[in-house]
Amino acid sequence: MGPLIGSPLVRLLLARVGQGVLVALMVGLLTFILVRALPGDMAYRIAAGRYGFDWVSTTAADAVRHDLGLDQPAPLALLAWIWDLLRFDLGQSLVTGRTVAEELSHQFGQSVLLAAWAAGLSLLIGPPLGVLAGLRPGRLVDRGLLLVAVLMRSVPPFAIGAVLILVLAVQARLLPAAGYGTPAHAVLPALTLALCLAAVSARVSRDAVMTVSGSAYYGFGRTKGLGGSLLFWRHGLRNAAVPVLTYFGVQFVALVEGMVVIETLFAWPGIGHALVHAIVARDVPMIQGAALTMGLFVVAMNTVIDVVCHLLDPRGEPS
Amino acid sequence: MTYPAVRLLPSRRGCWSAMTLLRASALCLGIGAVLPVPDAQANAASGVLSVVAPWEVSSLDPARHGYVFTRLQIAETLVDADRAGALAPGLAERWQADAAGLAWTLTLRAGVVFHDGTPMTADAVVKALRIAAAKPGPLASVPLESIAADGPQTVVIRLKEPFSPLLATLAGTANQILAPASYAADGAVTQVIGTGPFRLEEVKPPQSLSAVRFDRYWGRPAGVEKLSYLAAGRGETRAMMAESGDADVVYTLDPASRQRLSRNPAVTVQALPLPRTVSVKVNSGDPVLSDVRVRRALAVAVDRGNIATGLLREPGSAAGQMFPPGTGDWTLADGLPLRADPAQASALLAEAGWTRGGDGLLVRDGQPLKLALRTFPDRPELPVIATALQAQWREIGVDVSVSVGNSGDVPAGHRDGTLQLALMARSFGLVPDPLVTALQDFGPGGGDWGAMNWSSPAMEQALTALKRGTDTAALPGLRQSVSKILLAEMPVIPVSWYQQTVAVSKQVTGLTLDPYERSYRLSEVSWVR
Repeated sequence: MGPLIGSPLVRLLLARVGQGVLVALMVGLLTFILVRALPGDMAYRIAAGRYGFDWVSTTAADAVRHDLGLDQPAPLALLAWIWDLLRFDLGQSLVTGRTVAEELSHQFGQSVLLAAWAAGLSLLIGPPLGVLAGLRPGRLVDRGLLLVAVLMRSVPPFAIGAVLILVLAVQARLLPAAGYGTPAHAVLPALTLALCLAAVSARVSRDAVMTVSGSAYYGFGRTKGLGGSLLFWRHGLRNAAVPVLTYFGVQFVALVEGMVVIETLFAWPGIGHALVHAIVARDVPMIQGAALTMGLFVVAMNTVIDVVCHLLDPRGEPS
Repeated sequence: MTYPAVRLLPSRRGCWSAMTLLRASALCLGIGAVLPVPDAQANAASGVLSVVAPWEVSSLDPARHGYVFTRLQIAETLVDADRAGALAPGLAERWQADAAGLAWTLTLRAGVVFHDGTPMTADAVVKALRIAAAKPGPLASVPLESIAADGPQTVVIRLKEPFSPLLATLAGTANQILAPASYAADGAVTQVIGTGPFRLEEVKPPQSLSAVRFDRYWGRPAGVEKLSYLAAGRGETRAMMAESGDADVVYTLDPASRQRLSRNPAVTVQALPLPRTVSVKVNSGDPVLSDVRVRRALAVAVDRGNIATGLLREPGSAAGQMFPPGTGDWTLADGLPLRADPAQASALLAEAGWTRGGDGLLVRDGQPLKLALRTFPDRPELPVIATALQAQWREIGVDVSVSVGNSGDVPAGHRDGTLQLALMARSFGLVPDPLVTALQDFGPGGGDWGAMNWSSPAMEQALTALKRGTDTAALPGLRQSVSKILLAEMPVIPVSWYQQTVAVSKQVTGLTLDPYERSYRLSEVSWVR
């Protein structure tokens, strides 16, 4: 057991598991406190979510209050949530009455699908372009890429998505404008997210490649007579990949942020969309469930990135 | 920016991984190029009518999002409304009230079967109605004594006092008749087993559902075999789905998209006024607003014409009175002026003792005229109209602060008395008789979405007589007097009316709009061959 615990990979995984538990507790506690601290009467908010604004009334709010026992003291409700969580029970949505697990399994699945497509596409777009620019810094490709990257990063994802729909769906009729259900439906929302991600990962890749190609070992490779592409494949790519992947992990947070907007624009039934609706309707179990799932998702993805980085560069951090 | 230190690595394995990665990428791109793409032609060929609207399907419960299931004609009600909005037989073929108006006997249509194949019996109807009456909704405001079956095809509803809009209430979407198997023991709806021309096939909350033609439907069978429904919250998204041909029928278009779509040769755009009024709820018990002259001044200072043309881009939507055209006797020949009349507003305020201070704002006894207006974003034009009102009232020296919150804040503020003004979009068509909404909103003390701290003996008299409904000859005059009292006393200030809009692909034919938006009438739609 001793040597196993000592191994960097196991240490890393254990740290991440600890982080996951901490995230779960913090998410539960923070959402609970924040939702309770928000101004306004919870019963009316939930009633508005349940019945819609045409039917929200004092009668409906009183019915909600009675149904859900909202007068229960706050600490008791929090303890109940933690106890349920320990039994892997996320509770029921206050608005729809379905279990949170049921709601999230559909929505989270759709979000993961979208995130996977987006992350994959961004890797196909960003790093290759970054490598091209980094190998010839200051040239036309590099400057052009800088301009495009700045543009993509400064325009809100919503606008990029709308332009993509107009061009690729409305004008060219190549892809469906919105909705979900077939792989084709995932392309435009994923591409929108991917372009935002690629804008940054292209710059990171470019800088990483520049660092590598300016290094002593790369110069040595050149001196020993390796040609440009062979030199890059052998000595450049893997070295440059570590910072790019590390940054990719950081970007998952941006991905989750972007999904909230993109899911609404593309009528994609994801967890970001669900979270926004749950916050508006004060649907505490749904907020807790969605935030918890998203928090753990980010931790899990970062763990995967760490493991991949570890495999790419097993020496670990220099002591 | 700093990165982890990078040093020379053994390179052969890295080279191999890079090539694999590139090969994998090429493969992915190749797959992307041959993905199936749905479009209108494909929709027609596959026989699936694609319908898009803003309404999410978060719940199967008729009391919550039941309107989605009646609009898509999956579930039906005992009483229906015809093209003109008049009450018509639905699942009940005929009805009869006793002389006192206390016992209503409804005879059910024969040969109606639910989507699970069970017959629609009086017992099933009674069960559905009793469950609906126990939940918040229109039936909860009916003075019900009992709902009981009298034989297999007859339902008797007894009332504690006469209630003339009972039939209209039964036509409310929350009172849809579902099969007994739809409900759990506690009355929760676990599946939607209706009687409509479409049978629910699959529902994926909150965004989509699909339905297929029900071959044992009692009426004319649906013209299309299958429909898919998608809830798309953003107006831009819906419009682009209509433009790209992804959707055949798209409801609720924003003004800009509507103009663009009307120039699109592949699409036709239809519009119909809806009985829904954007109006300002006024707390008539407020020290400032209790003066009817102040309420009238606020009302005449609103430039309805400008809001209608400039913001809503629909000149016909300016509302000079609460009840829109199409509500028959409820509409008056003349309402408030559609252009702002700042001179009249200032004169009324001066009469009420308000004078302009140095900063142009009104003052009385050293106190400025400051008001707070609440609204909510569920209807996206509400916050925009709220800021327009803020600017227009500023012109006559009234300082109004706007807060955009949750729709629940309006009834909550009504109850705790903290509300001064609220901008809302009130529907008079939740059931096909505006009286039901009027009773809730303008009775003694007002209602959550109507008047506040306001009572009018004349209004009470008119509403009571309308509710009894015994003297049918007097009804038109009573409806007119309700509208006249509202116009004179301004417990709510009308701003604009709504239009229902739809973009329809030219691949389909036969679509019409329902003035009460109860049904999308998709069963009458068929493909252009």
